[in-house]
Amino acid sequence: METTNNLLKEIQTQDIEIDLLLEAVFKRYGYDFRDYNRAHIKRRITHRKQSLGLNSISELQHKILHEQGFIEVLLRDLSINVTEMYRDPSFYNVMRKEVFPLLKTYPFIKIWHAGCATGEEVYSFAIMLKEEGLYARSQIYATDFNPVVLETARKGIYPIAKIKEFTYNYQQSGGTHSFSDYYIAKYDSAILDQNLKQNIVFAEHNLVTDSVFAEVHLIICRNVLIYFNKELQNKVVGLFSESLVKGGFLGLGSKENLMFTEVFDHFEIVDPKEKIYKKKVQLA
Amino acid sequence: MKTCNKYKALVIGTSAGGLKALKTLITALPSGFCLPIIIVQHLNPQSDGFMAHYLNQLSHMNVKEADSGEPIRSNHVYIAPANYHLLVEKDETLSLTVSEKVSYARPSIDILFESAAEVYMQCLIGIILTGANDDGSNGIKKIHSLGGLTIAQHPESAEVPIMPQAAINTGKVEMILHLEEIPKMLGELCNNPQSGKHKSI
Ligand SMILES: C[S@@+](CC[C@H](N)C(=O)[O-])C[C@H]1O[C@@H](n2cnc3c(N)ncnc32)[C@H](O)[C@@H]1O
Repeated sequence: METTNNLLKEIQTQDIEIDLLLEAVFKRYGYDFRDYNRAHIKRRITHRKQSLGLNSISELQHKILHEQGFIEVLLRDLSINVTEMYRDPSFYNVMRKEVFPLLKTYPFIKIWHAGCATGEEVYSFAIMLKEEGLYARSQIYATDFNPVVLETARKGIYPIAKIKEFTYNYQQSGGTHSFSDYYIAKYDSAILDQNLKQNIVFAEHNLVTDSVFAEVHLIICRNVLIYFNKELQNKVVGLFSESLVKGGFLGLGSKENLMFTEVFDHFEIVDPKEKIYKKKVQLA
Repeated sequence: MKTCNKYKALVIGTSAGGLKALKTLITALPSGFCLPIIIVQHLNPQSDGFMAHYLNQLSHMNVKEADSGEPIRSNHVYIAPANYHLLVEKDETLSLTVSEKVSYARPSIDILFESAAEVYMQCLIGIILTGANDDGSNGIKKIHSLGGLTIAQHPESAEVPIMPQAAINTGKVEMILHLEEIPKMLGELCNNPQSGKHKSI
């Protein structure tokens, strides 16, 4: 009984400390993790605390506020940047078959990749747009709040070891060429066709603290919302709804669902499995 | 610390042999079973929602893969999708992450159990079924330490005994049951939470 009570107290204390730490990160550095999924954040923070041999999360907060450069360590802990080219190939397949034909009707197409991480998703789309004859009239915004991953995205160079998986995914996604047309191998690297960058703008943008920056026809935001709590998901999907033209499209990650958000009735479902939605022309 | 007047959720962890065991367990649950069930079964990364689909056809409950942000509801069985960790949030919704594997596994049983324990405390039941490693043992410890009820499949009745045995070896498993006995016990616990508890915390 004693021990269970102590444990409960300990958990409460940790929850308070995490609140304070996230508040400190926001006030000092402007990164707002306060409405990210807490269970996930808590695991990451306690993990860091343990690996540094600290006694409490408050000690971690002290380091964040007083130790030069330590915030980068924490940012890395709190971000998940896992990505690949043509991740979930069936998503790309449906995009190509169901959404692109409708995009074709626009004289000029604006696309926003929100939370693009190291860029694989952006280049996957760029290739697909080329193959469907849409690239020349597309303007692509690729944003993330993490400047480190954006730097990699801008380069468009990936480890050669990943090419096998990328090639397989590309084929599964309905690619019409040979994937080797799109990169050259150099030592341990695969350098993507640099022409793919022509119509892409990479920029820092924080979905929590920044606002709408353009009106677009298609938003791709995959595997970002899964880290946000309900309030934040509502807020960010609201931002997307605002950014989209009427009849514009939204593509989410395979485990993300508009159904649990407040703006669900702004959209109709294009593909329930691939989580592709279309903003209604007439909002109720 | 109070005992639980009414359990709120059931978490299950399993790996090798898990599909068969889950089928046996879930199809034998009494109709009107009161608890939402949240499951981690180690799968290969490619599997495409097969298990949820399969179990859904056999069960009177709604079996589905968990979506991020989904509220946890009774009469539902949520299965962690391949390659995602599944966690329970304070507001009793589910969340997913692709953070590092834990003991080579994603989804990890420990991650589910530990997060669920902090939310449901003494009103959580955790079960370890057949499996070939020791994932879930830390989760069992955490559930137990917060007053929840811990159950392991009897290693003799497990297709692969390693995982339930590892859980039992923590010394924090309160009930060791043969697979066939588990649904009945769960049904009883559903109506009378004290039926399994002999401890006085
Ligand atoms: C798992 S990656 C997803 C990459 C890619 N969209 C995919 O699905 O493969 C998530 C990305 O979201 C970014 N992110 C997290 N919070 C963000 C925020 N508030 N604003 C912008 N980007 C954010 C992270 O930096 C990370 O690069």
